[in-house]
Amino acid sequence: MTNPTHFSRRRLIQAGAAASAALGAPGLLLAQARTVKIGLVHPVSGGLSYSGGQSRMGAQLAIDEINAAGGIRSMGGAKLEALLGDSQSRPEVGVSEVERMQQEGVSAYVGCFASAIALAATQAAAKYNTPFLIDVGVSDLIVDRGLKNVFRLAPGFGKCVDEAIVGLDEVNKTARGIAKKVVLVHEESEFGTGTAKLLASKLPTIGVEVADVIKHANPTRDFTNVALRIKTLRPDLVIMSNYQNEYVLMARTLHQQKVDLAGMFSVLGGGFNYKLVKEQPDVAQYMMDFNHWYNPRNSKAVDMKKRVEAKGDLFTFEVYCSYNSIKLYADALQRAGTSDKEKVISALETSTWSDHFMPYGPTKFVNGQNTGGRAALLQATKTDIDVVWPNEFAAVKPVFPRPKYN
Amino acid sequence: MDITILAAATINGLLLGGIYTLVACGLTLIYGVLHIINFAHGSMLMLAMFGVYYLLMVFKVDPYISLFIMVPVMYGFGYVLYKGVIGRLSNSKDENILLITLGLSIFLENVALMLFKGDSRTISVSYSDIMVELGPTLVPMPKLISFGVSMLLCIGLGLLIQKTDLGKSIRAVAKERVGARLVGIDVDKIFAISYGIGLATLGAAACLLMPIFYVSPTIGHVFVLVAFTVVVLGGMGSFLGAVVGGLIVGLTESFGGLFLGESLGQIGISLIFILILLLKPSGLFGASR
Repeated sequence: MTNPTHFSRRRLIQAGAAASAALGAPGLLLAQARTVKIGLVHPVSGGLSYSGGQSRMGAQLAIDEINAAGGIRSMGGAKLEALLGDSQSRPEVGVSEVERMQQEGVSAYVGCFASAIALAATQAAAKYNTPFLIDVGVSDLIVDRGLKNVFRLAPGFGKCVDEAIVGLDEVNKTARGIAKKVVLVHEESEFGTGTAKLLASKLPTIGVEVADVIKHANPTRDFTNVALRIKTLRPDLVIMSNYQNEYVLMARTLHQQKVDLAGMFSVLGGGFNYKLVKEQPDVAQYMMDFNHWYNPRNSKAVDMKKRVEAKGDLFTFEVYCSYNSIKLYADALQRAGTSDKEKVISALETSTWSDHFMPYGPTKFVNGQNTGGRAALLQATKTDIDVVWPNEFAAVKPVFPRPKYN
Repeated sequence: MDITILAAATINGLLLGGIYTLVACGLTLIYGVLHIINFAHGSMLMLAMFGVYYLLMVFKVDPYISLFIMVPVMYGFGYVLYKGVIGRLSNSKDENILLITLGLSIFLENVALMLFKGDSRTISVSYSDIMVELGPTLVPMPKLISFGVSMLLCIGLGLLIQKTDLGKSIRAVAKERVGARLVGIDVDKIFAISYGIGLATLGAAACLLMPIFYVSPTIGHVFVLVAFTVVVLGGMGSFLGAVVGGLIVGLTESFGGLFLGESLGQIGISLIFILILLLKPSGLFGASR
């Protein structure tokens, strides 16, 4: 007769196997259900809501695509999960969204469209060393503060202004140097002020005098006085740096007041997009902008444009800047094999990712800034937007000077 | 400073002020009768502007023709809203009405955000870019029409209040509610009518604004603060005050932008608000209490 308290070896092995399975199962389950949370911090309400909505759409398109293709292979097919945040077009709300998402276990952030929001939000994320990928947000302060966790794929306003000056100079020289005097109009926050300051310092180097720099509030209800001032100064160019609503109002006012200019130009114009062309074709025609743009000769870009437009949406720069930022992060996850923050940051620092459709080449990050990032000079027609410079991506030659009203 | 620029800024200021006047008229009427500040005023304007937008985009109804639709629709909406929601929930307490209109404002804005997203939308009509030469400046035709119609509507509203039996009832209720009830005036009905008329002015303002501005779920914020300043400046409950106040605020904004720059120029409106509260809290034409 066996002692009831005595465990046979067989029993012991059975119990041990059962215990291992019980302890290991949650881990197995977790591994299968593993997701990497990405906090999307965009202004989907408030004055910047159009751009925020477009950014969010682009990010979600990328996440859906990556998940549909099987997720992050080196992490066992881990899927990406978007945590949606609304910064309400205000920096302080951007910060609170970062904090909220931190509590929810994000592995990274993508945002913020506006420089002022990006400056605040990235600072908050830096406390936790959480990678923060800037999709659109051009102030160079964002990457110049020495924050290890911040990465920006697209160029900042320093590089944009430098290249815009080169592009403008080439276009102007082709028109026998017709543009000699400019008025700068900018919105009052970091983006507009910083861009205008750089322009004001660099335009004289190409022989263009800055007659005036006009700052305006967000929102501004009426630009008639600004148009009057411009009319009296008789510049050859007006260069604007402002956000969607004020950009459109300003452009419309100049058009209505029939202000004759060689060119209405913008650097990182917030309202220069297919929406402007669609809603105000007469206003948009001949306007030029130096801005983020996709490589029009890349078939992936053309294909994505078709897909976005088939859904009734517009393929604006916010969409693909955000899309490519998510893809960049996914590439870093793939190479790191983990969502561990330090390892991902290390992967981003050494990134040579080239599977994008921007005119950048393989990525190379120096202090968080992709040194290959560049923008393009664009011109609107009544129905479309064309790249007119640099020549390697240009589809058409620019119309400069633009026809006079009378 | 060039005299032509000054003249142009004056004209521009007056035209701007005309629009502010119409938005403020409804607010001052609602305050004058119901003695409450309608925090949902901006949201109602937003709703009306979306109405005008979709009437054009879906049914191809010109914004000015929409006046004949939006004014009665907004009146009806305001009447039903007061009777069915505000009046019922407030238990005749002014502070309750304040909270209800605030809640309405938040609700409407977020519903609009959900339905229309945060995008701003503009319209382009055949006369959008027709310019009229007024002295030294070119004025867009829609702005001129907007000013003219605003002034006519304000005069019409003033005549309604002063010369009609309905207007007499409204004035009676505004002056003394209990006394008005005692002489047989249906006070609750007058409240609802007044709220309806207040929203009807927003319907008109929306039709006049859409050809020259954009609409988004938060557009109400852009105008409502100015409207409050106009009402406080002119005197709460005074139509003449709303007209004069609107024109003064429009001129202040225009000259402020001219002399102080477009960024700092906005300070003029805030300064007016503070000065009036300090020096004449009842406003230019308001009755002292």
